[in-house]
Amino acid sequence: MKCKTIIVELANYLDEELDPSLRAEIEQHLNKCQDCRLIVDTTKKTIQIFCNSEPAPLPEDTRRRLHEALQKRLHRVRT
Amino acid sequence: MSSPKIGPIKVSPLPSQVVKDDEPILVASAKAGEISAFETLVGRYESKIYRLTLNITQNREDAEDAMQEAFLKAFEHLGEFEGNSRFYTWLVRIAVNQALMKLRKRRPNVVSLDEQVDTGEELVQRDVQDWGPSPEDRYGQTELGGILSSAIAELDPPFRIVFQLRDIEELSTEETAEALKLSVPAVKSRLLRARLKLRQKLDKFFSRSENS
Repeated sequence: MKCKTIIVELANYLDEELDPSLRAEIEQHLNKCQDCRLIVDTTKKTIQIFCNSEPAPLPEDTRRRLHEALQKRLHRVRT
Repeated sequence: MSSPKIGPIKVSPLPSQVVKDDEPILVASAKAGEISAFETLVGRYESKIYRLTLNITQNREDAEDAMQEAFLKAFEHLGEFEGNSRFYTWLVRIAVNQALMKLRKRRPNVVSLDEQVDTGEELVQRDVQDWGPSPEDRYGQTELGGILSSAIAELDPPFRIVFQLRDIEELSTEETAEALKLSVPAVKSRLLRARLKLRQKLDKFFSRSENS
């Protein structure tokens, strides 16, 4: 297996969307190729860091305008 | 020399990302017209929806408008929510539509989600550096937030939006394809490229050689 195949299949590998034989081939390659292993590992960390990041709290002015708009519209819908 | 095996991604959800048990009850109450129940749902998701619309539009005014319109539309159309998906997933789809409309209005000639893309092979340099076990811990929360926001802002819209839905909002590939009216292979190719581009952008902050 070539390093290029690892890149092409990277997303499917990380998302566990590969058939077992291709997955095994990739893992065999990763055990031998440090560059590919680091690319897989750091791409996986990239996803984890974004996925686990908490959004900043809503700016207070933005929050106030949102709730004012909701109050206005929701009460109009109700009545 | 044997090397450690890299397993599949197992991301532990943060407490705020876990669907709270009371969500179906709140949705049912809101459907019955109870405004306070809907306001509780809004309070629960407003920061995440604002981050979503801001990441898509890259414009604070548009992001705020899109967020407001998304919550208002969600309330007005709550009767159509059948509970086949999480309420949050349904809300994300509404917010994405609102944000895309804003983005297309501002940049009508720039935003095409279905343009052809190639693989991200050229995005992978050799001589790759290790990041260590928890590279994000080297930065404070505000600083890390700034690094992530800048990195995602530098992606072109087709990649930014697919990554946002798939890897931040955790929609499935199929849900992302449906929300963006793209084919599943198109979502996958954009996702691969987005992940590789972001990896490359974060490398300069997290690479051990840069920080040692």
